[in-house]
Amino acid sequence: MFTVRIQAQDFDAATEASALARGRTDIGALVTFAGLCRAQDAPGGAPLIALTLEHYPGMAEEEIGRLVEQARARWPLVGATVIHRYGRMVPGDNIVLVVTASAHRTAAFEAAEFLMDWLKTSAPFWKMEERDDGNGWVAAKDDDDAAAERWN
Amino acid sequence: MKILYFAWVRERIGIETEEIDLPEAVRTVADLATFLGTRGEGYAHAFENPRIVRAALDRRHARPDAPLGAAREVAFFPPMTGG
Repeated sequence: MFTVRIQAQDFDAATEASALARGRTDIGALVTFAGLCRAQDAPGGAPLIALTLEHYPGMAEEEIGRLVEQARARWPLVGATVIHRYGRMVPGDNIVLVVTASAHRTAAFEAAEFLMDWLKTSAPFWKMEERDDGNGWVAAKDDDDAAAERWN
Repeated sequence: MKILYFAWVRERIGIETEEIDLPEAVRTVADLATFLGTRGEGYAHAFENPRIVRAALDRRHARPDAPLGAAREVAFFPPMTGG
């Protein structure tokens, strides 16, 4: 089963991972990655109060769906769940979840990493940060582009 | 044509979406960005560095030289920062 969900509400990583594996006997490896909102980016900087994630409804689902298809073409996956939240999040909140299932671990690990790397640079989401010293849009990182490009 | 804006492109222009009748000379994504940049101060600010602004045609990423063709929906936005 392959599922992509874009939602405002929270998710539970363990519940989603069990749901993907329930009743299956073909899964030998289940990888779960959750991305959370963290308070501090750089030592000494103003701590983050909140992040607001804006997204392009419709394209967000479709683009992540295309990434899942690419991952399936590349690795022998038997299931995947990708959830990306939008709206306002405070430090400690869940933002994104990638669960991949395969017969063996290499495929599940690599596909999860591939999905996260590409999701960061091609899924239409934008982060606005709230800090004590003001609000601002997060700039895209060259490191994230490089992480995605290494799969090419 | 329906045009959508997101994140700081939306903030600078001051609207989320609009319908625009395009001049015939506007054929590609880059043509459209240049045309929009002439529509006022907010637009000029949003498109001041056209190499940074990304685009999608009918909800798929599109390069600056992509022809608008029969696309119904064009979106402009900054580089993505999700995940």
